[in-house]
Amino acid sequence: MESKPFRVLIAKPGLDGHDRGAKVIVRALRDAGFEVIYTGIRQTPEMIAQTALQEDVDAVGLSLLSGAHMTLFPQITKLLKDRGLKDVLVFGGGIIPDEDVAKLKKKGIDQVFGPGTPLTTIVDYLNSRLPSVKKK
Amino acid sequence: MSKRSDPRLIERVLRGEHAAASRALSLVIDEAPEADALSKAFFPKSGSAQKIGVCGPPGAGKSSLTSRLVAHYRKQKLKIGILAVDPSSPISGGAFLGDRLRIQEHAMDPGVFIRSLANRGMIGGVSYTIFGAMHVLEAWGCDKIIVETVGTGQDEVEIGKVADTIVYVTTPSMGDEIQAMKAGVMEIGDIFVVNKSDLHGSDKALSDLRSAMSLGRTHEAKPWEPPVLGTSALTGKGVDELGKALDDHWTHLKKSEEGRRRLREQHKEELSLYISRRVYRSALDKISDRNLDDLVEHKIDPASLGTKILKK
Repeated sequence: MESKPFRVLIAKPGLDGHDRGAKVIVRALRDAGFEVIYTGIRQTPEMIAQTALQEDVDAVGLSLLSGAHMTLFPQITKLLKDRGLKDVLVFGGGIIPDEDVAKLKKKGIDQVFGPGTPLTTIVDYLNSRLPSVKKK
Repeated sequence: MSKRSDPRLIERVLRGEHAAASRALSLVIDEAPEADALSKAFFPKSGSAQKIGVCGPPGAGKSSLTSRLVAHYRKQKLKIGILAVDPSSPISGGAFLGDRLRIQEHAMDPGVFIRSLANRGMIGGVSYTIFGAMHVLEAWGCDKIIVETVGTGQDEVEIGKVADTIVYVTTPSMGDEIQAMKAGVMEIGDIFVVNKSDLHGSDKALSDLRSAMSLGRTHEAKPWEPPVLGTSALTGKGVDELGKALDDHWTHLKKSEEGRRRLREQHKEELSLYISRRVYRSALDKISDRNLDDLVEHKIDPASLGTKILKK
């Protein structure tokens, strides 16, 4: 039997409107066999969590370039947990200083991808991480 | 699979929980082993909501118009479900589900449930599991379910066997009355909408469409003449009239034999999809590498082999 595709929400929290990076990720994941939902710019943490819930996604990818990641990313992981979405893999990308990455990982962000990350790295990461997360 | 099964899932969906509806939708859409039990539990609720199919070419404004329609219904405190279907890639199997972006303003409304679906290889504008998904939303308590199809061409009429009321959305720049005279999608619309009526040429598009529709008219008035309406999802103009036309059609279906006829059509389609999926999948599971080698070596032909496999 054919296996079902993983579903991924790509979301842009906060106020920055630079969504080319997010769109490149959407395209790469689509071409790698994922079902990708993209909800556009200026999403609140609540909208992102509610979308993840209604779409029953396996992973949420957050793209942020404005510097508000330390505020917004942890809010989103908390709201996901509040809604019972404990098995959703959350990863991030954008302009995120190295010193923040460790702190974000403590707040439930599984992985952070900086500028210049090859798209195959992100695809391989999801393909290897998702099956183990979903089995728990 | 264990974490997905919840013995109280059915009752939680019936109580209107978002998380439960979402999980039930996934089980149904993924054709999980639990899907049959869900379908059985939810079927008694079927037929309660008006299922509205929104179809039309890509970029006509189906999602934006859907969003306006949701706002219209929410003023009346109706509970709304939206199933937005977009195409799966025939190459990678992946999909970009982008309809939600236009409807996202309703994301936080507790009376609205939006789910994006990939068609996963089904042609015709919907997905194989669309009926199961609608049953979940009916059980969740929807008054209206809007199914937004894949932006389609001229002959994707599957939605006509899925929904109660078909809204065909087009735009001022989609061609003259000759286009509107063609067979296919133009035959299944219950309501025709020229969206983007804020653009130049909408009056001509409306009159072209109306005159094309009138060609099929006889002296006897039909119980339902599809209205042709102008809307603008950008400004909201014409959305109340569309809402009124949808209500009128729903009343028409309930009052006439047509409602029952359509339900029968829908159930027939659901049943045939169920059977064909089951037969198809179990038959494909039986194909072995040996079979394929036999075909390559001309030891057997596809017809004889197919017959043998179906008999197994």
